[in-house]
Amino acid sequence: MPTVIVDGKEIEIGADERLNCIEAARRAGKEIPHYCWHPGLSVVASCRMCLIETGQRDTATGKVTMMPKLVPGCQTPVKDGTVIVTESQLVKDSRARVEEALLIDHPIDCPICDKAGECLLQDYHFQHGQAERRADLHPFTSRRRDVGPTVTLFVDRCIMCTRCVRFTREVSGTAELMVTSRGAKEEIDVFPGHPLDNKLSGNVVDLCPVGALGDKDFLYQQRVWFMKREANVCGGCSAGCSIHTEHNQDTVYRLKPRENPHVNTWWICDDGRYGWHHIHDAARLVGATRAASTGGRGTPAFDDVEWHDVAQRLRDDLRAVGRLAVAVSPMLTVEEAWMLCAVARSIDPEAFLAVGHVPREGDDQTFPGGFTIRAEKCPNRRGVEAVVALFDPAVPGWEALVEHVRQGRADAAWVTAAYPGAWIDDDTAAAFGDLKCLVVQDLFDSPLARLATWRLPAAGFAERAGTWVNVGHRAQCFEQAVRPPAGVWPEGRLSWNMLGRRGLYDPAAVRRQIAESSAVFAALAGDVPATGIDLRIGQLA
Amino acid sequence: MPSCKPVLLEAVGVPDGHTLASYRSRGGYAPVEKLLPEKQPADVVEMVKASGLRGRGGAGFSTGLKWTFLPKDHPGPIYLCINADESEPGTFNNRILMEDDPHQVLEGIILSAFATRASTAYIYLRYEYPRSWHRLQAAIDEAYAAGLLGKNITGSGFSLDVYLHRGAAAYICGEETGLIESLEGKRAWPRIKPPFPAIEGLFRKPTVVNNIETMACVAQIARRGVDWFKSIGVPADPNNPRDPGSYGPKLYCLSGHVERPGCYEAPLGITARQLIEEFGGGVWKGRKAKAVIPGGISMGLMTEAELDTPLDFAGPGKVGCLGLGTAAVVVIDETVSIVDFLHNSCRFFAHESCGQCTPCREGTSWSLRMLERIKAGKGRLKDLDLLAEIGATMGMMPGSTICGLADGAAWPIKNAIKKFRGEFEDYIKQTNPHGWMVTDPVPALQIVGAH
Repeated sequence: MPTVIVDGKEIEIGADERLNCIEAARRAGKEIPHYCWHPGLSVVASCRMCLIETGQRDTATGKVTMMPKLVPGCQTPVKDGTVIVTESQLVKDSRARVEEALLIDHPIDCPICDKAGECLLQDYHFQHGQAERRADLHPFTSRRRDVGPTVTLFVDRCIMCTRCVRFTREVSGTAELMVTSRGAKEEIDVFPGHPLDNKLSGNVVDLCPVGALGDKDFLYQQRVWFMKREANVCGGCSAGCSIHTEHNQDTVYRLKPRENPHVNTWWICDDGRYGWHHIHDAARLVGATRAASTGGRGTPAFDDVEWHDVAQRLRDDLRAVGRLAVAVSPMLTVEEAWMLCAVARSIDPEAFLAVGHVPREGDDQTFPGGFTIRAEKCPNRRGVEAVVALFDPAVPGWEALVEHVRQGRADAAWVTAAYPGAWIDDDTAAAFGDLKCLVVQDLFDSPLARLATWRLPAAGFAERAGTWVNVGHRAQCFEQAVRPPAGVWPEGRLSWNMLGRRGLYDPAAVRRQIAESSAVFAALAGDVPATGIDLRIGQLA
Repeated sequence: MPSCKPVLLEAVGVPDGHTLASYRSRGGYAPVEKLLPEKQPADVVEMVKASGLRGRGGAGFSTGLKWTFLPKDHPGPIYLCINADESEPGTFNNRILMEDDPHQVLEGIILSAFATRASTAYIYLRYEYPRSWHRLQAAIDEAYAAGLLGKNITGSGFSLDVYLHRGAAAYICGEETGLIESLEGKRAWPRIKPPFPAIEGLFRKPTVVNNIETMACVAQIARRGVDWFKSIGVPADPNNPRDPGSYGPKLYCLSGHVERPGCYEAPLGITARQLIEEFGGGVWKGRKAKAVIPGGISMGLMTEAELDTPLDFAGPGKVGCLGLGTAAVVVIDETVSIVDFLHNSCRFFAHESCGQCTPCREGTSWSLRMLERIKAGKGRLKDLDLLAEIGATMGMMPGSTICGLADGAAWPIKNAIKKFRGEFEDYIKQTNPHGWMVTDPVPALQIVGAH
C-alpha cells in the first residue's frame, strides 16, 4: 500500500487511488485551505491558497528530498513516499499573503453579505490571515449584477476562483458564465442576451466560496447562523438527491445539496432546490374533517374532527361500508406505505392495494456532467411498489385502481396523495363519485378532495421521516426536518395510531420490522449510512 | 561599427530582400531541397542539438532537447507553433526578421517541422504587426506556389501546411501555453504544467513552441553548418555543469537613450557596454547611463557598474537579473527617475497580468497602486519593504504562480528596490516630508483622488 507522510504522520492510501495532496492530507486530518479546487470540477490551480511544501522519501534509504519551491496541493498527485508539509512557516506566510491579496479588492461588506458565517474568505482569514491590513484600502464598492433568473452577482466580492465558470462549462454544459477583462479588473459576467438560465444554475451559488453569487430565492431571508440543517432527501423526482434542509423555527429557508457519490455527487437541480415553497403555502389542507352528514358528500360542508378520534371513527366508517380500495402514494415513505397497507388489510382483509398516481413530466434530462433530472416526479415509486408487492404480487397501479372503482368492485376508497401540485382531473375524480366512503389524504384541495367523506391533510416532504427508494434502488433514511403545521398529522402518525401501536410514531422500529419480514428490504435491518444503501445488495446476499 | 558580418540580418537593406527570388539568390532553400529527401528527421534533430542552439524567445532552453521531449512513434498529429507574439517591451527582432526576410523564417519552420514530424505549423503573430502579417502571408503564398509548402515538398514525401494566425494584442499570449489556449480559441490563461506542451499541447496533441528567431537560426545552421554556429558565442562554463554555453549570433534590440537605436546582430556574449558603444554610438547627448535593461523589461535592471556583463544566457543572471530574455537592451540615462521607470513597469504588468493566479493578479495591481501613491507624494519608507516583499514572493520561482509573467513583473521591482533603494528613499522623503516615516496602515479616505 502506498504510504504518504503528512506533517510527519504516515497514512496509507489505496493502491489504485488517485488523490491529490488536499485529499491525502484530509485523510490525515489536515485541512489544506483551498478556493478554486473542487472535487467535481477540473483543476486550475489558480487561487494559490493550497500552496504547500512537498517532497519525496526514498524507499531504499528513507532520505527525504524536498522540492525547492511551494507547489499547489490541488495539482500535485500523491504517490508512495510523498511527503506533505502543511504547517511550515513558508506555507503559513504564503497563505497569509494570498489571503491579504484576495482582500485587497474585496469590499469586506460582511455585515450585509448573505454568505457571512459560511464564507471561506472569512474562515480562512481568521485561520490563516494576518491581523493588520497593509494594503491601501479601496473605496467601498459592491456592484450588483443580474446574471440570471435565479442568481445575482456581487461583482466586487468575487475572488476569481472560476468555480462557477467551470461548472457551467463542465457540468451543466451551458457555458453561460465567463471571465471578462484582465488582471485585477477581471469580472465574472454573462454574454448579453444569454443569462445564466439552466436547470442546475443554483449550484453555482453553493460552489461560490465567497458571497459573490447570491441565490435570489434566499437573498436576505435569513442569517445562516440562525438556521439548523437536517440531512434529508429531495422529493422532487425519483433521483432522490441527498440534501440538507436548512430551517429555523419550523420554516424552511433553503435546500442545499448533500454530497453523495452514489446519487447526486455535489449537485441538485433547481426544480428540487426551489421546490419546497409549497409546504409553507397558506392553501394547504389543515385539520381532519369529515363530511357533515352521511348524505352530505360532495357538499362543501365538513365537520372538524378531533385528531385523537380520527383513528377509531375512520376505522368504523370504513369497516361499515365493506370492500376497500387503497391508493398508496409514491410520495409516502416505505414505512408509511407499509403501515397504510397493514391498516387497510386489518379493516378489510381483501382490500385492493395499488400504487398511487405516479406523476411524470417529459423525459429524463441528463447533463454533460452526468447529472440527471428524472421525468418521474415522485421520490419513492420503487419503495412503494416493493411494499405493495409484499401484499399483492401483481402490484396494481393507479389506473388499475381507478378501473377497479369504476367497475364498482369497491365500496370505499382511501387515496393518499401528498403531491405538491394539481394531479387529478374532474373526469378521473368522478370515478370515485359513487363510493359509499372516500378518504382523501392530500396537501391541497383537489377535485377528488371535494368528493371526499374524510378529507385529511398530508405532510410535506420535509415533514416526514422514513425511507425513500430512488430510481437506482438506493434506500435513504431521513428524519423529520420541520414539524408540519398545526392540525396536520403526517400519514405515518395516523397509521401508527390506527394500528394501535403505543407511543410516538417511530419510523426506525417500523423499518426494522419491515426488514425482518421481507427479503427485499433486508438491507435496512442495521444502521443505514447517510449516503443510503443499495437494496439489491441485500437481495444478493 | 564592428566588422561582424550579419547573417540573420543579411537581407536588411537589400532591395526586395523579402522575396523568394532574393532569398534564393542568397542560398536560401538549398538546405531544404538537399536535406529533406536525403535525411531523416532524427538527423535534423541531432544537427540542431549538436549546434547548441538555445531558444531565442526568452527562456533559452535548448531547442534540440525540446524537440526530443516529443513522444516517440506518436501517431500524430504533432503541431509546431511559432511564437511571433513579440510583446516584450523593447523587443523588435522578430519583426525585422518577418518583415525583411520572411523566407528565412519559413525555411526554419519547414526544417523544424520536418525534424519534429509536424505536418501543420501555426505562426501566432502579434496583432500590432500589420506589415509582418502582409509580408509573411505573401511569403507563405510564394512558398506554396514554389512547392516549398503543401504536399510532398520538393519531392521528399514530406508535407507541411503553415497557417498565419493573428493574435488580439495580449502580452500573455507570448507565454507558450497561453499561446496554445489562444490558438484554440480560448482565453489565454496559461495552463498548469505538467503536462508540458511536448506531451499535451495544442488541441491536446504533442506540440513544440519555438520563437521566430530560433527558426531563422535553424535555417542558418542548416545552410552554414554546425561548426559555423559553434564558432560564434560563448562556450559552456566548465565550472558550471548546468551551463550548456551560448552559441551563435543573436539579434540585440537596442533602444532607449542611445545615439543609434536599432536591431543589431552580434555574437552572443557581447557586453552591454560594447553594444552601447560600438553599435549604439554611446548614450545619447553624451550623458551617462544610469541603468540598462538587459533583455526586455521583465529581466530587471543592470546598473552602470554592471555594464561589462556579457549578454549571453548566463551573464545577466550573475548580476541579479532574471536572464538574457529577448536581448532587448534598453538604456536609461542619468536624467531618468527610477521611480518613474518602476511605475511604468508596474503599469505594464498590472495591465497585462492575465488575472488567473491570485498573487500575480493582486500583486501587480497592488504594486502599481503603491507606486501611484508614492508618485502622488504620499509614499512611505515602509512601502519599499512591501514592494520588495511582493517582488520576492510573486512568480513561478517561489511557486506562487502558474506562468512566468509574475517573475517578469517581480524582477524590475526586486532589482530597482535593491539596486536603487537610496533614490527611492530620497524621493519619498522629499515628496512626503511629513509622512515618509509613518508605518500605520493607510486610511482609506486619504488615498481617494491620489491617482
